[in-house]
This record gives sequence, structure tokens and C-alpha cells, in this order.
Amino acid sequence: MTLQALLVIAAALFGVGVYGALSQQTFVMIMMGLELMLNGAMLAAVAFWAQTSGGNPKGQLLTVVVMVVMAVEAAMGFALIIGIYRIRKADMTEKLKRLRG
Amino acid sequence: MSGVTLVDVAFWVFGAGSVLAAWLVFRVDSMVRAAYWLFASFVGVGFVMVLLNARFLGLVLVLMMAGEMTIMAVFMVMFMMNPAGLNPMTMVHQHRTAVVAGLVSFVALAGVGLVSDFPDRPVDRGQDPTEALGVELLGESMLIFEIAGVTLLATMIGAIALASKRGRYGDAQAGSVAPELPDSAPSGTLEPAAETSMDHSGHGMGHG
Repeated sequence: MTLQALLVIAAALFGVGVYGALSQQTFVMIMMGLELMLNGAMLAAVAFWAQTSGGNPKGQLLTVVVMVVMAVEAAMGFALIIGIYRIRKADMTEKLKRLRG
Repeated sequence: MSGVTLVDVAFWVFGAGSVLAAWLVFRVDSMVRAAYWLFASFVGVGFVMVLLNARFLGLVLVLMMAGEMTIMAVFMVMFMMNPAGLNPMTMVHQHRTAVVAGLVSFVALAGVGLVSDFPDRPVDRGQDPTEALGVELLGESMLIFEIAGVTLLATMIGAIALASKRGRYGDAQAGSVAPELPDSAPSGTLEPAAETSMDHSGHGMGHG
């Protein structure tokens, strides 16, 4: 369980997340891609905390902040999906040719 | 680094498993299954965190994601066409660009991780990291903790404002009209007559 192995796994999670966020058409699937990117970032943060910081609790604090970002992203994402669905009946990016409400 | 320990085996199982589950999120036809594969990926990362001695954070991550993925699965069933994945489907755009972007970001980040020379100061196994985190959260970094709380409160208010049924973003009945689907309408959608009658039962507010 070396730092390098952890960082490679975190990078793989991030890469899969980038692929998903760019390629998916459904809003919820795009959110899944974003969450995977945050997942990788969180794993990297914990890996650095565990292997290079000597147990400085601020490293764990950074992970807590990433978790807050994740919660905010999920809540606002779901709210926006509901809002867009109400107005446009759209569940896919292709149905939003214009941004004007 | 002498020999393969149980921790190493568990690390590789959970680490590789989380990447595999992440890949399957975008490979399965059913979106509900995709939500649970994503949950599996988070569980893998959560257990790796536990192995790294961040026990509190790992378990909080698993708990948080169990709730969030359930909401996500419900959202799939509510909003998306073909939520059960009975028909094979590929709902992707700019696929080649996305694959290249994903590969480039993976290679770049993994390369930085492999090439860079990081300090080697592992966590002292003697200390309790959960206690240290608690003291940090309610001590020196309390302002960050409180700002996180206020941010979550603002998010809750914003989510309600965006998603509420009445408001400046739409009238009350706008969400109950059946969506336009490209092919045949699935079972359970409203008949056109029922649709128009519902449109006139207005407790909608005007557009703001």
C-alpha cells in the first residue's frame, strides 16, 4: 500500500469520472461522473494525509471539505434536474439547445 | 515492505474493485444499476480510507453515499426513460473526445504521482486520528467547520428554491405534463385528454 499505488488508483477514478462527465447525455449520469472525480480527489487527499503528513489532522479536514463539496454538488444537481424537467421536460443535455429560461 | 500482508491484499481488492466499479457505472444499461455500481466504487474507496487509518472519514463516506445513491436511484426511476435498462442503450456524445480526455487526465495525474518525490512521513499508529480530527474541527479549524455548515444550509435553501413547485421558475402544474419521448410513449404516461384537463386546474402562479 504505497503512496504511488494509491495515487494511481485515485488518478484512474478521476480519469473514469472525466470520461463519464464528458460523454454521458443524461444529467444524472453526468453527476455520477463528477462524483467519481471527487471520489478520486478524496482518495488522493487521504493518501497524502496518511503517507506524507505524519498524521496532521488538517489533511483529514481537507477531506471533510471535499465531502461538503460533494454534498453541495449532489443537492444542487438534483434541484437543477427537477427545475429543468419542470420547464423543459428535458432529461438529457441534447434537449437543451438554448440556456434562456 | 517485506512480504505481502493481509492489508496489502485488502488494499488491492478494494482499490482495483473501486476502479472497476467506476468503469461499470458507464457500461451497464440500467441506470439504477449504474447508481449502485457508483455506490460500490465509493464503498471501495471508503474501505481503502479505513485501511489508511482514516476510519471515521471512510465510514462517513460509506454512510453518506448509501443515502445519496438511494436518492439517485429513485431519481432515475422518476425522471429517466428506460430506467430499468430493459433495452440496451448507449446514451453518449463526443465519445472519442471523452475517452481521450479521460485517458490523458489519468496518465497525467498518475505520471505526476509516480514521478514526483513526496516526503515519507506515515501516520503514527499510536495516535487516534479520529480524536485528532475532532479536536481540529472544534478547535483551530472551527471556522472552516462552521463555514461548511453554513454552506450546507445555503445549499438546502437554494435546492428548495430551485426545486419547489411554485415560484418564479414555473407554475404548479408544469411538472405533471408527460414528457415528450422520441419513440412510443411508455406505459403510465397521461392520455392527452387527461393532460389538457390537468392544465386547466390551475393553482399555478404567474410567471415571475
